[in-house]
Amino acid sequence: MWPRLLRHSAAQFGRGPTHEMPHFPNSELFTLTYGALVTQLCKDYENDEEVNKQLDKMGYNIGVRLIEDFLARSTIGRCQDFRETADVIAKVAFKMYLGITPSVTNWSPAGDEFSLILENNPLADFVELPDNHNTLIYSNLLCGVLRGALEMVQMAVDVKFAQDTLRGDNVTEIRMKFIKRIEENLPAGEE
Amino acid sequence: MTVHNLYIFDPNGNCLFYNEWNRKKQAGISKEEEFKLMYGMLFSIRSFVSKMSPLDMKDGFLSFQTSKYRLHYYETPSGLKFVMNTDLSVSNARETLQHVYSNLYVELIVKNPVCTSTQTLDSELFSSRLDSFIKSLPYYSPRAA
Repeated sequence: MWPRLLRHSAAQFGRGPTHEMPHFPNSELFTLTYGALVTQLCKDYENDEEVNKQLDKMGYNIGVRLIEDFLARSTIGRCQDFRETADVIAKVAFKMYLGITPSVTNWSPAGDEFSLILENNPLADFVELPDNHNTLIYSNLLCGVLRGALEMVQMAVDVKFAQDTLRGDNVTEIRMKFIKRIEENLPAGEE
Repeated sequence: MTVHNLYIFDPNGNCLFYNEWNRKKQAGISKEEEFKLMYGMLFSIRSFVSKMSPLDMKDGFLSFQTSKYRLHYYETPSGLKFVMNTDLSVSNARETLQHVYSNLYVELIVKNPVCTSTQTLDSELFSSRLDSFIKSLPYYSPRAA
């Protein structure tokens, strides 16, 4: 499974990172680690849908913690609205953690949905999906991370891949939809 | 010049951490009740402050003072609340609390997969680093002013 799922072109290694990954000694190690994770999940679950779900769950658990690191390092305060949130996600968060800056486009008329267009995706560098995995959402971890992180700042969102270069599309597009504000709860027992 | 005590609350009102350095008088109620009282008060005062604000609010509630002590408050956008009581010589502890969040909480608790931040923090490393940090503050001394 391993050699088929990740066919790394030997010629492309050693060309240096295609994007600047902050704080990471070797971006290829990062890509390979993620690839090994997805490969292992495919072996364990044998079913693309299940793997997608697991990636989303793992991403969620990462996201709920990553947000604290993000808040600590970026010293950005609360965003005023969803548009500001989108800008912070694309220009600050993605840059900080993946070294890329996706563009924010395709706003819905109500201003509650937008797309992040990724020119390149560090998680999927050099990856080709074999034919028997065409429902696998390889980078689904990202959707979970975004969902988990935003939940911790009181926003319930729906995140999914609308397009993926791994599945033959021209760009990778993540669609984010605002569902609702999560209200703060009073602790149990208080009126 | 001194720090009396420090509380850390999670977004649901659970007290994750409490420590005191220089507290001469206790509240006269159990610790559990004290934490609930503190959290309830903060919740009410924050909503009061935002409702009654004559201008658009930026940071909201920051601190209150009495003739003997000042309570400093810092809340992260993720709902984590830091409360520190100091004597009156400390006018602004926001940076201190931000440091506790960014350099201690995030580094030692959030990044530790064993620590689940929904219960009382169980990290000795965090407690001891926090203790050293508080004791190293320029305004800390073992006796109140």
